[in-house]
Amino acid sequence: MKSNRTSDGTERAGESGRTAVISGQDDKRGALRAMKTAFPKTIPVMTGYIFLGITYGMLMATSGFPGWLPALTALIIYTGSMEFLMVSILLSSFNPLSAFATAVMVGARHLFYGISMLGKYRNMGWKKFYLIYTTSDETFSVNYSADIPDYVDRSWFYFWVSLLDQMYWVAGSAAGGFFGSLITINLDGLDFVMTAMFVVIFLQQWMQDGTKLRSLFRDHICELTGIAGSVLCLVIFGPDHFMIPSMIVILAVLLIFRKPMEKAGYTLEHDTSASDHSENAEISGEGLSNNGNGGDDI
Amino acid sequence: MSIIQMFITIAVVVLGTVLTRFLPYMVFTEGREIPMTVKYLGRVLAPAVFGLLVIYCLRNVNFTGDMFGLPDIISLIVVAALYIWKRGMLLPMAGGTVCYMILIRMLPLVMQ
Repeated sequence: MKSNRTSDGTERAGESGRTAVISGQDDKRGALRAMKTAFPKTIPVMTGYIFLGITYGMLMATSGFPGWLPALTALIIYTGSMEFLMVSILLSSFNPLSAFATAVMVGARHLFYGISMLGKYRNMGWKKFYLIYTTSDETFSVNYSADIPDYVDRSWFYFWVSLLDQMYWVAGSAAGGFFGSLITINLDGLDFVMTAMFVVIFLQQWMQDGTKLRSLFRDHICELTGIAGSVLCLVIFGPDHFMIPSMIVILAVLLIFRKPMEKAGYTLEHDTSASDHSENAEISGEGLSNNGNGGDDI
Repeated sequence: MSIIQMFITIAVVVLGTVLTRFLPYMVFTEGREIPMTVKYLGRVLAPAVFGLLVIYCLRNVNFTGDMFGLPDIISLIVVAALYIWKRGMLLPMAGGTVCYMILIRMLPLVMQ
């Protein structure tokens, strides 16, 4: 990681006219402004994470583990699906090799997130390590799809989304571990909030890639590949083993159709660190601009 | 499992998870130009992955069970309709989730 660029994220602001010379106080103000922009976008994750975290904490506690264990694993593993598996792994006999293999397989989708964020997470300075460490399904989705206004520092925005999301998850897990037995309200179904969030982000992406029915297939090869490939693998491999096959199918299809897709306008510049924002701004006329006022809706 | 074995297991799982998170950044470090193929994947993978995540969330829906997956189907339509109508993030998500929570409680009563 190169950290000799001092005002890393803020340096990016220079692209939109400001100079890169930024004093400590400006940086603090920038951080605060980024938090105000970031927080509303994490509200859905807050709902889902606190609820799922409590569920996880309760499961751990009722399985006989100490109350602090869910909080600790939430903090350092920080992958919901892996942590739920962790309960059964810790209850079975000691087998670190198989635990490691499971972790790599469950975490394999992070490889896709990493490749998608390579450009966006460039030049993030000291924050970069933390941003990568806390890449979860939800944090990735929010950070990838966020339409960050020009006056907001991107590195701080990503940082706050990552930090807040992780805090929600740890807080939920701790609450479930320590006080889970006190909760008597029936919250069944609240986890649907996570499904709803991915659906909304999926639709956002869809609208951004074009809304014309005439060019439906040409505009949406990626989205359609994701849905069709996953459904296919789900049917063949079942709910517990379809993630990795799905990833392979998606990767293969997208690589096979690279030429026609590049012709169809999937330009390479889009995701390089420098130009993606300005390009987003152009496309976003309809799809993404709404993203910005998401916080006003409730 | 003893407490030491427990901590080793946790450490190993952390290692595996962290590895998957850092690997792309370790291979394509900042000093290096990212190969064109990887740039292309960086552009096209995410929209496909969002599709995968939606299916992942719905993987355990039982379309042949008592409720035929109706709570999920109806709530998904509500989410999509609210999004297309009003846009934004919170309204479609809150609407869909409330709808889902009501449906899984009411449908079994109605369908009997």
